[in-house]
Amino acid sequence: MTIGHLPALQVVIPLLAAPVCFLLGRWPRLAWLLASAVAWTTLVIAIGLWLQVREGGTISYAFGGWAPPWGIEYAVDRLNVLVLLIVSGIAAVIFSGSWESVRQEIPESRQALLFTNLLLCLAGLLGITITGDAFNLFVLLEISSLSTYALISLGRDRRALTASFQYLIMGTIGATFILIGVGILYMLTGTLNMADLAHRLGGLQGSRAMHTAYGFLVIGIGLKLAMFPLHLWLPNAYAYAPSVVSAFIAATATKVAVYVMVRYLYTVFGPEFAFSAMYVQWLFIPVGIIAVLFTSIVALFQHDIKRMLAYSSVAQIGYMLVGIGLVNVTGLTGALLHVFNHALMKGALFLALAAICFRIGNPRIENIRGIARQMPWTMAAFVGGGLSLIGVPLTAGFISKWYLILAAVERGWWPVVAVVVIASLIAVIYVWRVVEAAYLHPRPEDAETVAEAPPALLAVTWALVLANVWFGVNPGLVTSLASGAAEALFGGYLP
Amino acid sequence: MTDIVFPPSLILIIGAFILPLVRGAVRRGVILALPVLALMAVWSLPVGTQVAIEFLDYRIAPVHATASGRLFAIIFCLMAFAGGVYAMGRARLTELVAAYVYAGSAVGVTFSGDLITLFVFWEIMALGSTLVIWAGGGERAWKASFRYLLIHLLGGVILMAGIVWRVSMTGTADFGPMLPDNPANILILIGFLVNAGAPPLSAWIPDAYPEASPSGMVFLSAFTTKTAVFALLVGFPGAEVLIWIGLYMVFYGIIYALLENDMRRILAYSIVNQVGFMVCAIGIGTELALNGAAAHAFAHIIYKALLLMSAGSVLYMTGKRKCTDLGGLFQSMPVTAINGIVGALAISAFPFTSGFVSKSLETAAAADQGLMLVWFLLMAASAGVFLHAGIKFPWFVFFQKDSGLRPDDPPLGMRLSMWFFSFLCIAIGLYPDSLYSILPFETEYQPYTAGHLVSQSQLLLFSGFAFFALLPMMKRSLTISLDFDWFYRRFGRILADEFTIRSSHALERMERQARMRVEGFVRRLYRHHGPHGILARTWPSGGMVLWVTVMLAGMVIAAAVL
Repeated sequence: MTIGHLPALQVVIPLLAAPVCFLLGRWPRLAWLLASAVAWTTLVIAIGLWLQVREGGTISYAFGGWAPPWGIEYAVDRLNVLVLLIVSGIAAVIFSGSWESVRQEIPESRQALLFTNLLLCLAGLLGITITGDAFNLFVLLEISSLSTYALISLGRDRRALTASFQYLIMGTIGATFILIGVGILYMLTGTLNMADLAHRLGGLQGSRAMHTAYGFLVIGIGLKLAMFPLHLWLPNAYAYAPSVVSAFIAATATKVAVYVMVRYLYTVFGPEFAFSAMYVQWLFIPVGIIAVLFTSIVALFQHDIKRMLAYSSVAQIGYMLVGIGLVNVTGLTGALLHVFNHALMKGALFLALAAICFRIGNPRIENIRGIARQMPWTMAAFVGGGLSLIGVPLTAGFISKWYLILAAVERGWWPVVAVVVIASLIAVIYVWRVVEAAYLHPRPEDAETVAEAPPALLAVTWALVLANVWFGVNPGLVTSLASGAAEALFGGYLP
Repeated sequence: MTDIVFPPSLILIIGAFILPLVRGAVRRGVILALPVLALMAVWSLPVGTQVAIEFLDYRIAPVHATASGRLFAIIFCLMAFAGGVYAMGRARLTELVAAYVYAGSAVGVTFSGDLITLFVFWEIMALGSTLVIWAGGGERAWKASFRYLLIHLLGGVILMAGIVWRVSMTGTADFGPMLPDNPANILILIGFLVNAGAPPLSAWIPDAYPEASPSGMVFLSAFTTKTAVFALLVGFPGAEVLIWIGLYMVFYGIIYALLENDMRRILAYSIVNQVGFMVCAIGIGTELALNGAAAHAFAHIIYKALLLMSAGSVLYMTGKRKCTDLGGLFQSMPVTAINGIVGALAISAFPFTSGFVSKSLETAAAADQGLMLVWFLLMAASAGVFLHAGIKFPWFVFFQKDSGLRPDDPPLGMRLSMWFFSFLCIAIGLYPDSLYSILPFETEYQPYTAGHLVSQSQLLLFSGFAFFALLPMMKRSLTISLDFDWFYRRFGRILADEFTIRSSHALERMERQARMRVEGFVRRLYRHHGPHGILARTWPSGGMVLWVTVMLAGMVIAAAVL
């Protein structure tokens, strides 16, 4: 009975828990406990869904008993179960460890508000991932976006407000574009169900209106996933948001947007239209390469470690775009793996940073000099996440980069291989700057001595670091899911 | 094989992290026990043992016992043991842990059955060795370790690119003989050669190693270059280009060692020189030559470590590293001096030392193949080795003038490890069959023939004579032109030397220019990408909306046109 309703529960539970969380406003600790419990529940549900589809099946859930083309359908396959797992998993880990950090950074009256918004955002992200309905996706996208704007504006720095406002403008433009695209598609086909859309669009090849819809959707989603050069909202949003919020949205929000892009390109429009008629790879490859190289270099020169990681995120999204743009199964597998692995590594890094912020406040590079002696576990976790970011073998980061390199080699595109390698080298340098400051410089005389971060925060950070290692040593679980999804998405299409 | 095979490399790597947890006598016990356990594990794995696992569609073999791998693993364990004894109680904890991780990963390389495992250990080695240098302490060590790390990361990236290319081409990651006839294999070869100290990057050895602590350099001298020799031995036997690369290294080492004043830098250049012999032998590629390279590596690790222990003891007791500040220490440091001389005799291949029985395999291989020029150059270089390492080091440090220093012999651990390696140097010289029996190939070679003894003694005698005859020149400020003349008269090898010296000057100039260009480039980058650069401004909503419009228009127009 319940098993059958798992797809609905995946979204409904966090959505309904959010107002309850708000009602707990006077007892923020309870709000935190509730949010964490809900996040763990969503993870359990995601695992339950994964068990059902991992062999290649799909689940179709009709909301309210309305049959799919008319009612809203929730469809689960291997592609979105991968994203569901990582989003709910990251949420569960980050929410549970967030209490100390939130209590320090947010005034007490707003703590419950923060958890409410986190739950709404989680519900939105999970909903975007699981839904099979184009308009429902837009609605859930708005839910997650609006809650993210609110979350960012809770940051301690006053610039958080401007950052949030800027993100709001850009996010709204993106959402509007998506809405326009979906509207045109609806006008053309009279349906909003993705599977049905795909079926009906097959007969409309060559329609100008469909091309336009496609353009609006790619650019709109491109804004949400911070595709270069539409990424400028991201560094400020990540840098000024509360630490745990940075960790959560950095690890999940853009990944879900990448998923949406893949879903539209492959499932709705179909790879043949996307790649053979619209040549979207000639947008993704150059944009991806420029993102990888240039934002890595920008990251190199940042003084604020949060901003540095934010720019590195844009670069990592470049990898995913390149993986999609390579138009082969290995490339798409690499991109999907990178969605998963990047969530793990950025989650770990941002949590380690949250621990540092917890003790020293402003995470500028000159402020963390010599901190490794006083916070050895935190810094070790940062190094672990950094190694994965660089792509050192035996970490998760290596696996996805390996697939991306293989895919480029398969296509014979050596410059792309070179780009991946060079960007990894740049990553070595910017991670090294932090390591150097923390480990090799003495603590300045006037700096106060700090203690190790609180155990709960440390525990979740290390959970993610160990996950990086675990999925680096045992990649089979995720690679089989990603390559299965990639093969299914390509269907019979080969360029 | 049903019983569990425990990789010997992991004994050292994991064991290293026990060290910080224990102290006092227990720590000393662990330091001694780890290499012994690892050695026993190496010994207990019969040749041919293989453990293979599947990883990302490739069969990888983290434990693959081969004859040549075992030989290197044995000497690496012995080296870790002696180094541990030498360092015990004096080296910083960081250095010991790093050194054992470093040694363990070197052992790991020798047991790699595939390129992926090899690469993983290769990189751990680079990190471990960097930490060993860094543990030397002080600004110079820190800077040197950074330069060292950059070079090794560069080598690692080249190696990885080659491995990826090769794996995607052949579909297997197995590590076996390759030919440098396609770009992938050439990249792998370059990756190996960077670690071997081949031109044009030979300078990292004398640049970085002498900045480590006395015990640190003993560790460093053994592992990185010799694992590279091992990798070349397995991967590129008989690649002809290696002959010439090896010869270049041989003479590069000699020339710069003769010009050098810092005793440990002399020995560092001598590492390049000695590895050159091995690389050259691998290039010759016959069974005899490969045996020679392996045997020479084995013997070299022992006597070079012995020389460095001796130099390290002097440094430890006096705090001085320049030949011009030292001298006459034989009186007060007899043990150090005697052991240093044993090492010097061995490196010069005196009869009845390990150098004699190992290096002669290589020259004999050149002769067997009828490589007249190569043979001649190797013989000439042997004389050069005697000059720069065999006589120059002990003479200037222990004899020569009286520097007025009266330091005592070093503490017991240092003395014991020196005696241990001296013993091995002579034991191998007297009983060469013990070494020959573990070589990769069967050998019938007999080093102690009358002809060989006579020719080697002549060589040594005359170069010794030359050293003392030219002593006044050696003592003065040694300029490059003097060195140039000296070689001109002594060997008539004008062309080769001119090339060496000119090219090193040209390289230096190029390096300077390159550095200036890079600095300018970074400044420009910072202008554009720094926090205030045009590409990193983060508040222009309007600009971004413009981008959105441009991209949308582009897509729609493109769709209309296509």
